[in-house]
Amino acid sequence: MNITLKVWRQKGPNQLGAMETHKMTEVSGDMSFLEMMDVLNDNLIRGGKEPFAFDHDCREGICGSCSMFINGEAHGPGRNVTTCQLHMRSFKDGETIHVEPWRSAAFPVIKDLSVDRSAFDRIIQSGGYVSVNTSGATIDANAIPIPKHDADEAFDSATCIGCGACVATCKNSSAMLFVAAKVSQLSLLPQGKPESKERVIRMVDQMDLEGFGNCTNTGACEVECPKGISITNIARMNREFLSSNLTSK
Amino acid sequence: MLDSRIPEGPLAEKWSKHKDNIRLVTPANKRLIDIIVVGTGLAGSSAAASLAEMGYNVKSLCFQDSPRRAHSIAAQGGINASKNYQNDGDSVHRLFYDTVKGGDYRSREANVHRLAEVSGSIIDQCVAQGVPFAREYGGLLDNRSFGGVQVSRTFYAKGQTGQQLLLGAYSALSRQISKGKVEMLNRHEMMEVVKVDGKARGIIARNLVTGEIERHSAHAVILCTGGYGNAFYLSTNAMGSNASAAWRAHKQGSFFANPCFTQIHPTCIPVSGHYQSKLTLMSESLRNDGRIWVPKSKDDVEAILNGSKLPRDLKEEERDYYLERRYPAFGNLVPRDVASRAAKERCDAGFGVNKTGHAVYLDFASAFVRYGKTEALTKGISNPSDETIVELGREVIKSKYGNLFDMYKQITDDNPYETPMMIYPAVHYTMGGLWVDYNLMTTVPGLFAAGEANFSDHGANRLGASALMQGLADGYFVLPYTIGDYLADDIRTGKISTATVEFDAAEKKVKDEIKALISNNGDTPVDDFHRRLGLIMWEKCGMSRNEKDLKEAIAEIQELRKEFHSNVLVPGSENEFNPELEKATRLADFLELGEAMCLDALTRAESCGGHFREESQTPDGEALRDDENYTFVSAWEYTGSPSEAKLHKEDLVYDNIELKQRSYK
Repeated sequence: MNITLKVWRQKGPNQLGAMETHKMTEVSGDMSFLEMMDVLNDNLIRGGKEPFAFDHDCREGICGSCSMFINGEAHGPGRNVTTCQLHMRSFKDGETIHVEPWRSAAFPVIKDLSVDRSAFDRIIQSGGYVSVNTSGATIDANAIPIPKHDADEAFDSATCIGCGACVATCKNSSAMLFVAAKVSQLSLLPQGKPESKERVIRMVDQMDLEGFGNCTNTGACEVECPKGISITNIARMNREFLSSNLTSK
Repeated sequence: MLDSRIPEGPLAEKWSKHKDNIRLVTPANKRLIDIIVVGTGLAGSSAAASLAEMGYNVKSLCFQDSPRRAHSIAAQGGINASKNYQNDGDSVHRLFYDTVKGGDYRSREANVHRLAEVSGSIIDQCVAQGVPFAREYGGLLDNRSFGGVQVSRTFYAKGQTGQQLLLGAYSALSRQISKGKVEMLNRHEMMEVVKVDGKARGIIARNLVTGEIERHSAHAVILCTGGYGNAFYLSTNAMGSNASAAWRAHKQGSFFANPCFTQIHPTCIPVSGHYQSKLTLMSESLRNDGRIWVPKSKDDVEAILNGSKLPRDLKEEERDYYLERRYPAFGNLVPRDVASRAAKERCDAGFGVNKTGHAVYLDFASAFVRYGKTEALTKGISNPSDETIVELGREVIKSKYGNLFDMYKQITDDNPYETPMMIYPAVHYTMGGLWVDYNLMTTVPGLFAAGEANFSDHGANRLGASALMQGLADGYFVLPYTIGDYLADDIRTGKISTATVEFDAAEKKVKDEIKALISNNGDTPVDDFHRRLGLIMWEKCGMSRNEKDLKEAIAEIQELRKEFHSNVLVPGSENEFNPELEKATRLADFLELGEAMCLDALTRAESCGGHFREESQTPDGEALRDDENYTFVSAWEYTGSPSEAKLHKEDLVYDNIELKQRSYK
């Protein structure tokens, strides 16, 4: 099929950007979106032009690197998919496709479609862990039984890939879904309980410090999350946050 | 020349005795010592976190935008540990034995035994960190089976075990970053090892955002930089996975061991077109419930290809479940190398089931029925219809492998609940890597290698769910002890200066190489060369190898390398974020390593594990080892070009295991 691409071009964080138009022919429906971008870049390079920079790595939907805002949606039109798992069969012959980077003040553009998401790392560093040493001298893994339901629920929260689609799609650029997923995972497990009060406060503080917006319950994050992480995580985090503030010394 | 420094004494006591006897660095002195860890996968994150926690000053680098994205994250199936929670007779010895046998008797006994010994602690550690492993209804941990073993020792978190373990290690790393004990450098790539007086004393790195070339010094450098499967271009590795750190260490004096030992994974989604950029694995765990087959008759193959028959139209007796036929004892759960070759054999014989001729079926139909019947009983449904049984069975399969089925559908547009999956082998893992001694130190003093980057534990074939085990074993439980033995000499050394002639020279070399690539003015993009290298490797140094092909491959790669350096086109400049330049520097190294792989494959004129030499097979087509002449590790010393590398042999001694021809029949 033939498509028209309008792709964001921005030389660096402090330069102005603009959409650039490219026509593509003979696009196969079995191509992934990123493979289509590879072909575009190959054409550009051979034509003596600059290719578009974009982040990608595993190309199987799990590393969280890829991050394109396609036709006004984070990771494009599919549900529960990352850009790398989106295939061109999701588009129509003759369609015009707009490709932009994640847009959020907390995710500055590095170049073209690539943004800096290190704010997420700093949020995890503020408390997204269990303070246990790595000596291996802990208790036997089966010493504390965990109800299957709790373990499964913690797992669902833990599947967050840190891609930032929730932030990109939120009109407030809120990172609540990302933070809530980690807070939930650890508060659902007995191993995370001892620090749960401090953790939620520290992580929310860091989130605010990074310049992310607040949650106004539009639910867009849940719709666009490639891992289908539910906004009930946000409700759980709010509950944790409130009770921590009310009961901590 | 090669001293593996394996401790004396009985096998089961070597590791504990070694720990008791190696030198320690006091907490106060650890604060005076700097360590660089390159890579943040399971081995790198766990090593950096553990060493920082012990008190060392750690600098950690990753080329990705966050340490959480290293390719360990994509491991699906699980992690082995000899916990014997299932009471099926598992033990440290059995895990050790299975791993050595699975590796086709080409790994070191002492290293593998140590790996088995610490395997249980890994599970304890991960659970303590909040890794949400799958659990049974009673609240205890669940297990499943993987290829090449007859017990259930694999712990898992759906099809995302690698993700959960890596996020566990990443959280431990994040904790140390927050304490200021680890300085984290995201989007940084190691370009060179810097040696001072023969010891590794630092690295040259490129800041991938600004292009700046940086100097970093340390008392020891640890490479946890993964494998080199992307030498084949198409593999299940991430696009950025590369061998440059290991290869550059090799060129600085670290011997490279068994480069020809590569693992071709039997269950990957087949290639669909020339634009293909990577291949996707379907976890080995699927072979617990999926049965692999092709039609018995070529007429049926033809009928399926022209659309007049669907795979489900074929009756049981018209299908060739070739793994069950050839290997009744292990059936669909034979090790990866065996399963891959068997698929190739059927497809080469003309029984491939897609238009390229390179695909076989992985069919869950009988598992739907088996699980469905049990579910109907537990749910008290009497006289369930066949449809109800299949429906119930599908739900069970969904709960076990749902994400993998979704991924398959997303990529192929086929629904694997309705029609069998089509799969074909693809490059997945590399058992070879930097040669290391028992302390995980390479032949360059102060330069260590852990995880997939070293060669030590998997011999000629890795068993499923053992890569995660090895990465975390090395990082959490081996290196933190063994590195002290080396660093004990450095407590009075003081800070290593970067303002030295050695750093000057290394930086200049890196800058010159980059300059040459950028200003080359060729007309062919990097990927073009990478695809061509991949094709040579896959066809002549892939699942099956012979002398003639390997000699041709070496000549072709040399030619391709010349063409690359004269004709590659790298756009942009070196002083900016330039992904094409990153690819070019990595490919320059793959173009040398590929030749080393072929040379090693040529030299090892036996078949073992993933290395199948057509000249060395049994009458029924199984791999034939030559223990008399090849029970050694090939450790190559770089002497100026890949083809002139010098071979050193580390003899493998088996005191506790009897060498047998591997049989899974």
